[in-house]
Amino acid sequence: MDSALAVHRLHFAFTVTYHYLFPQLTMGLALLIVILKTIALKGQQKRYDEAAQFWAKIFAINFAVGVVTGIPMEFQFGTNWAQFAKSAGGVIGQTLAMEGVFSFFLESSLLGLFVYGAKRLSPTQHWLSAFGVFVGSWLSGFFIIATDAWMQHPVGYKIGAGGEILLDSFWGLILNSWTFWQYLHNMIGAVVTASIVMAAVGAYYLLSREFEEHGRIFVRTGVIAGTVAILAMLFPTGDGQGKMVARHQPVTLAAMEGQFETSSGAPIAVIGQPDTDKLQLDNPLLVPKALSFLTYHRWEAAVPGLKDFPRDQWPDNIPLLYYSYHIMVGIGTLLVALMLFSTWSLWRGHLFENRKLLWAIMLALPFPYIATTGGWMTAELGRQPWLIYGVMRTSDGISSRVSASNGLFTLIGFMGMYLALGILFLFLINREIHHGPPREPASARRGAQ
Amino acid sequence: MIQILWFCLVAIMIAGYSILDGFDLGAGVIHLFVARDAGERKQVLSTIGPVWDGNEVWLLAGGGTLYFAFPALYAGAFSGFYLALMLVLWLLILRGMSIELRSHIESHLWQPFWDFLFGASSALLALLYGVALGNVVRGVPLDSNGYFFLPLWTDLKPGPQAGIVDWYTVLIGAAALLALALHGCYWVIYKTGGALQERSRSFGAKVWWGVAVITVVITIFSFRLQPNISKEFADRPWGYVFPALALIGLFGERVASGRGRDFGAFFFSCVYIVGMLTSAAFGVFPYVLPSNGAPEMSLTVTNAAAAPYGLWIGLYWWIPGMILAGIYSFFVYRHFGGKVES
Repeated sequence: MDSALAVHRLHFAFTVTYHYLFPQLTMGLALLIVILKTIALKGQQKRYDEAAQFWAKIFAINFAVGVVTGIPMEFQFGTNWAQFAKSAGGVIGQTLAMEGVFSFFLESSLLGLFVYGAKRLSPTQHWLSAFGVFVGSWLSGFFIIATDAWMQHPVGYKIGAGGEILLDSFWGLILNSWTFWQYLHNMIGAVVTASIVMAAVGAYYLLSREFEEHGRIFVRTGVIAGTVAILAMLFPTGDGQGKMVARHQPVTLAAMEGQFETSSGAPIAVIGQPDTDKLQLDNPLLVPKALSFLTYHRWEAAVPGLKDFPRDQWPDNIPLLYYSYHIMVGIGTLLVALMLFSTWSLWRGHLFENRKLLWAIMLALPFPYIATTGGWMTAELGRQPWLIYGVMRTSDGISSRVSASNGLFTLIGFMGMYLALGILFLFLINREIHHGPPREPASARRGAQ
Repeated sequence: MIQILWFCLVAIMIAGYSILDGFDLGAGVIHLFVARDAGERKQVLSTIGPVWDGNEVWLLAGGGTLYFAFPALYAGAFSGFYLALMLVLWLLILRGMSIELRSHIESHLWQPFWDFLFGASSALLALLYGVALGNVVRGVPLDSNGYFFLPLWTDLKPGPQAGIVDWYTVLIGAAALLALALHGCYWVIYKTGGALQERSRSFGAKVWWGVAVITVVITIFSFRLQPNISKEFADRPWGYVFPALALIGLFGERVASGRGRDFGAFFFSCVYIVGMLTSAAFGVFPYVLPSNGAPEMSLTVTNAAAAPYGLWIGLYWWIPGMILAGIYSFFVYRHFGGKVES
């Protein structure tokens, strides 16, 4: 691999992976805050309003880090991927510019009102500002997914006389079938992250016997929302997304599953290590015929293996792709079990006393982050060796004039800066969790200020 | 021509960003000079607290619009100014964090640290934006594919071997720094009262002279360095309306400020900034990024633009989208209108 290519890939991979740790919480939390505010507004429930206030603070810190780490993402299309930016600009320029115009203005204006306006706005207006932040952040997610979906499954374009990529159908770009499943799978994944974070903080409060009234609200809301969301990750969104991959990127599916041979009645590997020299899966633990069934809903359906595709079409890092995918699925399965068991326990009325289960919920906190990261790595490594699937190779997209050395210099700079940012973030979040939700009645606070 | 229309719309986005985030940056530049204690510094910050994030969105939306309308310019300029742009990104990160994190902890260590970082990053950003503009006016060594790469500096001369930083671009950078500092000054004067306001007033009166002098200096050198400017103004004399705007703004802000019309001074400062930017855009036109060696290699409004189909489609969502954005901004500014509490 050419070293400039490796540096530019790592540059984008590092900055985008780090960035997405923050929006996945804010997008999910925006929905949960709207739910808390709705319960507070409808039922005149003061504790729910306090819960929403507490999460608004966590939201604001996450949002700030999300914004400052997000700006480099838009710029890097030009700085590190200039040839790609130039060729594909006529198409993805649309969705990226729409994100700025339609969602960032909405989000930032209403976030100012939501965070700074709590004491100036009426409860209904404040609810509306929370709702606007939710709409803005979910719109933003849509335009980014539409951009990525076009790179995964390019539609609505034509190749011009000079080889440039031209927009042919605006609605084709916006209504890409790939966008539909990827968007739902991604956004519901964000709800899973936020739900589990909320439940985990609640579990921490209950276990440490602090803010117990709010802790129960957090656990209850997080477990119920988390159960609904994690089940929707499995079906229909995960299933829909998987079928898109099977139909449009069959070689990617084979690599994700570590399937070297074409077979009818293909098994699923639960664990095992792909060996790309001997072209086999080492130490496999297989579920017979499961892959055929899950992909085509027929036990004997033929699933093409890697050997059926020319080598230059194979994703270039099959082991990492395979592990990312298996980590996502593995964690997802464990979270389904945890959430179902917690909901059952909540329904039976002994979740808040079941300290072992509360421990499990608290310790689950990092896992949705790992699963979403694994999911995105699956999507992006699976797209390789293409930058735009079937249209442009990744190696043809980099900035030809930016050397590996300059790329490495700024990559190291980002690593240093993001390390400092991460430490600050954890420090501030820890303080907010330690301070906890407001203790005094919300109405008295409003009067006092 | 649709390309020229989009050139104007991108110019509007850049001008919008400059006057809106411009006062945030300016407030950051001056707050270490005009605010004497922690309370006053907090006061300066609360003049921009609820709006700075929305103002910075103009950079993102403007960058997105530039990318959408002129992909070749976006790709060429962003990879060519790679090192300077990365510095801009790091400064934006530091500045954003210093505004958002400062008020989380009351401490004699925490707040002064972020205040200093806020001031320094704001000043360096203003300077770098000016340097970038200077590079566009001076021209860059574009190759036949529309790419280039500039080191941060070479011999500091704006010749064929120029780097991003040379004496001319630093001069434009200094002009941007002074103009935005003055702009921020007028904003703080408008939004505050008492001792802080008085100190900002006398500080602004001094900075105004710096802006006036440097405006003359950069005008002379820009005409000398970029022959296209004189040619454009000679060919299309109506273009003198842009420098006239800048002059009206420059003297208007002085007069309004002298009469205690604080919003008027801020308004004329906006006029000055818009006048200067549009003069530069007009002077460089039809180039969007001129070559400093071979004029035929330059990126122009036509050869850097996206295909017409996409540009026409864009009008259908861009115009309603920006009207909506204007409505949100109107509500936010109205909601947080009036003087900030001390």
